Amino acid sequence: MPIQTLLSTLLALLLFSFFIGSKRSLAVSTVRKGRRNLHSRPNYYGFMVAIWAGIPALLILALWSSFNASIITSLTISGLPESVQMQSKDELGLIINEIKNIASSGNIDAETDMIKKEAAFHYHRLEQISLLAKTVIVFVVALLGMLIGRSLIKPEMRARNMVETVMRWTMILCASIAIVSTIGIVFSVLFESVQFFKAVPPTDFLFGTHWSPQTSIRSDQVGSSGSFGAIPLFIGTLLISAIALIISVPLGLMAAIYLSEYASPTLRSIAKPTLEILAGIPTVVYGFFAALTVAPFLRDVGESIGLSVASESALAAGLVMGIMIIPFVSSLSDDVISAVPQSMRDGSYGLGATQSETIRQVVIPAALPGIVGGVLLAASRAIGETMIVVMAAGLSAKLTINPLEAVTTVTVQIVTLLTGDQEFDSPKTLAAFALALGLFTITLLLNFIALHVIRKYREQYD
Amino acid sequence: MKETTQIIKAGLKKRYAREKRFRFFGLMSIIISFIFLIVLLVTIFSKGWPAFQQTYIKLDIELDEATLGINKFSEEDVLFSASYQKVIKNSLKQMFPKAKGRKQKRARNNLVSKSAQYAVRDKVLADPRLLGTKQSFWFLAKDDIDVFMKGNIDRSLPESDRRIKDYQLIWIDKLIAEGRLERRFNTVLFTAGDSREPEQAGVKGAIMGSIFTMLVTLSLSFPIAVAAAAYLEEFAPQNNRWVDFIEININNLAAVPSIVFGLLGLAVYIGFFGIPRSTPLIGGLVLTLMTLPTIIIASRAAIKSVPPSIKQAAVGLGASRMQTLFHHTLPLAMPGILTGTIIGMAQALGETAPLLMIGMVAFVAEVPGGIMDPATVMPVQIYLWSDSPERAFSERTSAAIMILLGFLVMMNIIAIMLRKKFEHRW
Repeated sequence: MPIQTLLSTLLALLLFSFFIGSKRSLAVSTVRKGRRNLHSRPNYYGFMVAIWAGIPALLILALWSSFNASIITSLTISGLPESVQMQSKDELGLIINEIKNIASSGNIDAETDMIKKEAAFHYHRLEQISLLAKTVIVFVVALLGMLIGRSLIKPEMRARNMVETVMRWTMILCASIAIVSTIGIVFSVLFESVQFFKAVPPTDFLFGTHWSPQTSIRSDQVGSSGSFGAIPLFIGTLLISAIALIISVPLGLMAAIYLSEYASPTLRSIAKPTLEILAGIPTVVYGFFAALTVAPFLRDVGESIGLSVASESALAAGLVMGIMIIPFVSSLSDDVISAVPQSMRDGSYGLGATQSETIRQVVIPAALPGIVGGVLLAASRAIGETMIVVMAAGLSAKLTINPLEAVTTVTVQIVTLLTGDQEFDSPKTLAAFALALGLFTITLLLNFIALHVIRKYREQYD
Repeated sequence: MKETTQIIKAGLKKRYAREKRFRFFGLMSIIISFIFLIVLLVTIFSKGWPAFQQTYIKLDIELDEATLGINKFSEEDVLFSASYQKVIKNSLKQMFPKAKGRKQKRARNNLVSKSAQYAVRDKVLADPRLLGTKQSFWFLAKDDIDVFMKGNIDRSLPESDRRIKDYQLIWIDKLIAEGRLERRFNTVLFTAGDSREPEQAGVKGAIMGSIFTMLVTLSLSFPIAVAAAAYLEEFAPQNNRWVDFIEININNLAAVPSIVFGLLGLAVYIGFFGIPRSTPLIGGLVLTLMTLPTIIIASRAAIKSVPPSIKQAAVGLGASRMQTLFHHTLPLAMPGILTGTIIGMAQALGETAPLLMIGMVAFVAEVPGGIMDPATVMPVQIYLWSDSPERAFSERTSAAIMILLGFLVMMNIIAIMLRKKFEHRW
């Protein structure tokens, strides 16, 4: 039966187990010693039976479903004649896909060759057997678990402790998902990157100044090898992020200073949430704004003063990205500025300093580590930002630091290399993973430093 | 002594001026940020507003049995497969007989949307007795006509620079004079899936895709995040390496660029587990990992804010730690947890980049009906439309942004209300 019905039947079975568990506990206790002597409340016996019924069955279901496809595929391959199996990996993959299509659609026309037809039939039968076996095994295990759980019920049995232990381990498992996904990210990116660096030497990637990932299909064509020098991408990313920071840091910092030191409570209560609206707007909206409004505007302004501004200039993307991270900078700076003890300000006022002198010479220096940490976090946000640059920055990798020209970034290249492309083993798609590895390392490093700096600073005044 | 005072007095004016300047810069940076926000919103709203209206053309159609090759007694599938395009063409031919050459004739047929034939078909199917009579229909106008009617094509431009040529202007003027052109509320935008033809494209598919994706995300991330937060706050041993490692990883996940999650989805979920691409299921799985840190951090803060006296009272009355958590701590922390969850969901709803990696950029015309159907989501739809060259699509992009922002505003208002209503200061 299909997975949805399987799951809902299993759920019904679990409810039923809960029900018979709690009933059984009452029955057992009444016969033996009276209800007061039941160790746990009847619900816990119900939960216990449901756990016995559910957890092994669900585990089997999960394992079966995750390895089902690969096992059936390898069985189908081993059922193919030798001559077909000897073909290259790509061709075999194509044949398998074709077989799967035939099996799922059931379309067999006269031209389909005999081997594929048989293989498709084989595949389809294996699938059916697997589905049937899965259903039967899952239900048998669930029912067995239910019976075992039920037979364990005795008044002195510590059902609550058992249920709580299971819950506790479930909670630990949930907390550990953060670790699993970090490992998943590192490994998925690292694994493909290693493949990439087998084809392209790491030195070419890290220090090459020419990026053109287009590899041709036939090896005798011009420019067939493609070149993967990532320097222009990293320079482009840095250029756009630098523009964004040049805009957002002064604006965000000054806004935070004004809001925490000068503004009346009314202004503060209006201005803070309004600034945070900027942080809540989806990046795709900023991208649209950059591409459709800001970029043409900058081009027109440039034209009118005799400068040639590219229609996908780094300036437009950087400007809009800067707007996006203003609230980020301002809220982080606001936090650290308010954490500076009032006594330090009072001391400064007592010596006759004006408010702005106090801010510039006492508050900011005291808050500086926190502000630097905030700026680093903002920088890592800018470097990893994707949609604005995908929509508003260019595609061709040009090694320049002129903000009026079009540059491309790491994230733009990842998106262009991977959207719509399905083949996994060409250096072109693998390059995206290598880029992602670089991106991941840089942002992680920035965040690590930033958090370290902020934490160290906080300890000073606590 | 006197000298010092004089020196200070002499510099005072300058210092006060500097003070004023500093204050002014602070105020200006807030105002500049506001101006950015206002410009952004005004641009998008003014661009998107017209998309909520759509031009319709009224045509009188001769439902001629001979031309259609069907009659009142035909079977339903014969009625269904008849070519209704012919009668529409004939009607347009009668109205504008002067069209010369292939180009003009094609332009004439392109006054109404390609969906017009289905409107005729549905009406005939509903009542076959209409065959042989003359009926008037309001059809969707082609996108170029619509753009012109909204005043976005300038008549005074030279003909070669305009998408609407002079002969088309004559037709449009005639239609207007006869009262056959009308602007109505654009229901197609809300009831149709994506389409290559701007006038037939709607956001329903994307909205449904977003809803399914959010359902997957919510049903996974909420329980996992609450369990993780409760464990870290209430049960985790202090100074335990494993627990520290978990905390570091949660902070890292919050900082990883969103596109990297897309690569994880591509390599692990699609490449390893073989989950079909482009489905809300895989979108939801990827977004779950992204929203987890947000919800965990908010939930931890909420759980931490429940006063220890309540927990101690419960334990004192004989409750186990697990019972204390489920009967007292979690219910009291729930408003804070829910606020964090809604904010996390709002982030996930606006997220685009990782979904591009897992194939949700595919063109999907049908409205998805479940978490295993190919689908796209609102922000990706916005990205797709913003890439289309047609003017009518840029208008629709803005309209889709308005709808998306509407959803986000709604979610944030709910979060604020929750916080206001249930927030406890102990």
